[in-house]
This record gives sequence, C-alpha cells and structure tokens, in this order.
Amino acid sequence: MRLLSSLFAALFLLQGCANAPLRGTGDLGVVIERGAGRVSIVETSGRSVLGQVEGLGDLSHASLNYSRDGRYAYVFGRDGGLTKVDLLAMRIVGRVMQSGNSIGGAISQDGRLVAVANYTPGGIKVFDAATLELVADVPALDEAGRPSKVVGLVDAPGNRFVWSLFEAGEIWVGDFRTPARPALRKYRHVGKEPYDAMITADGRYYLAGLFGEDGLAMLDLWNPDAGVVRVLDGYGRGEQKLPVYKMPHLEGWAATGNELLVPAVGRHEVLVVDQGSWKEAGRIPVHGQPVFVVARPDNRQVWVNFAFPHNDTVQVIDVPSRKVVHTFKPGKAVLHIEFTPRGEHAWLSARDDHKVLIYDSERFDLLGELPADSPSGIFFTHRAHRTGL
Amino acid sequence: MKLIVALLLIMPAGLALAAEPSEARQKEISHLVRQDCGSCHGMSLAGGLGLPLRPEALHDKPKESLVATILYGRPGTAMPPWNPFLTESEAEWIVEMLLKGQF
Repeated sequence: MRLLSSLFAALFLLQGCANAPLRGTGDLGVVIERGAGRVSIVETSGRSVLGQVEGLGDLSHASLNYSRDGRYAYVFGRDGGLTKVDLLAMRIVGRVMQSGNSIGGAISQDGRLVAVANYTPGGIKVFDAATLELVADVPALDEAGRPSKVVGLVDAPGNRFVWSLFEAGEIWVGDFRTPARPALRKYRHVGKEPYDAMITADGRYYLAGLFGEDGLAMLDLWNPDAGVVRVLDGYGRGEQKLPVYKMPHLEGWAATGNELLVPAVGRHEVLVVDQGSWKEAGRIPVHGQPVFVVARPDNRQVWVNFAFPHNDTVQVIDVPSRKVVHTFKPGKAVLHIEFTPRGEHAWLSARDDHKVLIYDSERFDLLGELPADSPSGIFFTHRAHRTGL
Repeated sequence: MKLIVALLLIMPAGLALAAEPSEARQKEISHLVRQDCGSCHGMSLAGGLGLPLRPEALHDKPKESLVATILYGRPGTAMPPWNPFLTESEAEWIVEMLLKGQF
C-alpha cells in the first residue's frame, strides 16, 4: 500500500511537471513591495504580474542580485535578511538573517558567492550562492579598530568584490578566488564619507561618491598600484549646497560611452564627466536633486528621478545634446526606473500611488500600469549578466 | 493675581492642544516620517545611514535638541533641516511620537 501511494505521489509529481509550461527567465523581473515585505514576479513581454512571494521582512531600501542562470533572486532586506527567491516556482528557497541592518549586496563573477554589505555590525559577509552558508566574514574596521558602515559593494572581474567604508573613508578590494581566505587590499583616506559607489560596465573603474566633500574617489582596477585618485575634485567649490533629503544612488550612474552622467549631491544638476580625462565636461540643470540617473540601454537617453520634495517628477535627458527633452509627473514618490533589456520600455515605481507604470521610451506614452504595495526597486533579470548589477 | 495664576495654569494645556496637528495632517506626517525620514533612518526607524530613532535610542536626549535637529538639521552631517516642510509644533509632535515609539 505504501509503495502504491508513493507511486501515485511520483506520478502526480511527474504530471505536475508536465503540466507546468516550460519558460525562460529572460523577460522576468522582480518588483520590491516594501510596504508588504513582499516581492512581485513580473514579466515584460506581456507586461503582467505572474505572482507574489511573501515573507521577506523589512524591505525598505531593498535591492537584489540575480543568479547567473537568471532563475533566482538574492534579495537584501534592510533588516539584515538575505532571501533567495525562485522566480519560476515563485517561492522562497533559502533565507538567513545575517546582520542587524544591511544595505545591499553583490554576486561574484563566477556566480558562486553572494556578498552582503552591512551597516550593523559594519562589514561584508559572503555566502555560498547555492546553500546560503556563510563562507567569509570581513568586518569593516579602520586602523584604530573602529567600525564603519559598508556602502557601494560591487563585484569586479577576478572574482573580486569592492566596497567602501562610510565613516573611515576607505575603499577595500577583496579577491575571493579562495573564498574562505580572501586577499584584502585596503585603500585608506580616500575622501570624506563615501556614501555609495558604482563600477563601470567593463568592470574597470570603481567610483565612490563622497558626501562629506565634493568629488569622487576613483580606483582603476586595471592599475591597482596607482591607488585611489580624486576626480571632480571640488566640483562645486564655493557654492552653497542644498540640504539633501535623499542620498543619490550611484548604481544607476549612466556611462554613455565616453561620458559618465552623475547625480550631483545637493544640487539640481546632473554632472557630465569625461571618461578620458576624468574632468567635468558639463552640467545639466534638472528639476530637483537627482537620485537615479539611468541610461537607456542604447545610451541615447538618460532618465532621472528626484529626491523629496520633487519626487513626483521624472525627466529625460537627450545625451548628444545634453538637453532635457521630456518632463512628466508619473505619480507620487517615484523611487526607481528600470529599462527592459533592450530599452523599448521604462518601468517606474510610484510608491505612494501603489503602482508600477510602464512607458514607451521613445514616445513617452503610458502603456500600462500594475498594482503594487508601496513599490520601490524594479529589477529585471538581464542584470544577471552585468558586472556591478 | 488670581487671574494670572489661572492663566498660567491654563496656558500649558492650551499650548499642548494647539500643538496637536489635525488628524489628516498627522497621517501625512506619519507617512513622511516612515518613508522620507526612513530613507536614511530605516522605514522601521531602526537606523540606516542615519542613527536609529527608536525610543531607546532617543530617551536620554533633551526634547528641545531633538526638535531643533528636525527643524534645523545637523550641520556637518547628512541630516537636513525639515523646517521648509514642518512647523515647530509639528516637529514637537514628531518627537513626542518618536519617544513613545508610535510611528
């Protein structure tokens, strides 16, 4: 009898597999619903919500990375939770509470390691991407042993991670080719209060934005012995900074070939940086203090959202002319912008309208909207194959 | 004299009443605290790039300095002044609610 029932069970399972249509994940994505501690799984071909996954904890300021097969999302919650979500089965397959307070993470070049940047206790923790077992723990202590919050954690070629220490003003590079014994290189005194960082799409330049002073700290990973150099040093010298009601995010810095478009801290400007000389090549006046400056995949346009109290507005910059060509108000508290893999559509989250809005990126007309509970980050799976995302 | 004493007795109560924002405004402010203060201090106010704002983190700090921090920010740090968006009595109400852990 027992044999029979297990046979039936096996048959049932097989049938279940046969009934579930096969599908890829290349047009899938995840929307963080920060109010509900939940994520929505979405697809961009038919522009629909496929389902929800609950129980991810405090998702204010949550971000995620994808496994290299584009099936799993590693979601980093503010409360220190690291949750592995299966996009196809739409369920949680692993979850660890790995710190008291975290800010984001990165996945290694080989896809085997997931690193999390923590505020409390400050440092990074590195996990096995398959099992979520702890592989390495690297506290962020300065020379005097004082702890720092970690910001701007990214992956880099050579199975390295790079991150910055907010209080200490340092940049650390960890080589994780031997995961349990990372080789660390620490760059001290790179500038006051690095608040976020990004790495260029080729994985070569790591740039940390400084809150405590005007400028960026830049590390050329092809020439690590050259050290960290200051770029855009004092770009706003002598000018009064405006109060900052939301820190800019640098993950979305737009690198458009020869130029890098960067949100200015405390100014209603997007800065244009020449990537050859690392000098300021221009400033584009915008509607408010930029938060995300996101290039459309073809780099022809850059879309910008803004800090409170200007967060109901989005502007589109035409890169060749450096002019704002479109200004619109998609909804209350627009927190994030994500383009479909080839850029025909832009998905925007309007937190206080509880909607995700989908726009045509050429004609700017609204194509559709999806309901979501206080949506913040929108992440499509093509990030799986991009360094730094 | 009696009148003055009576006035003095009434005044603090009167002030407290005047300080309480309307119910609709309380809703707006609560949203602002959780979402916009929360972008640095965490949506659950447990801290982030900014310090924690839970009662246990604030109870030993003078109320006036908490109100002043909200209204005028803290120069030299990332804390901005919120007086373009909040009145003094609203900031006082926020401090009361933070100390009670009611956001």
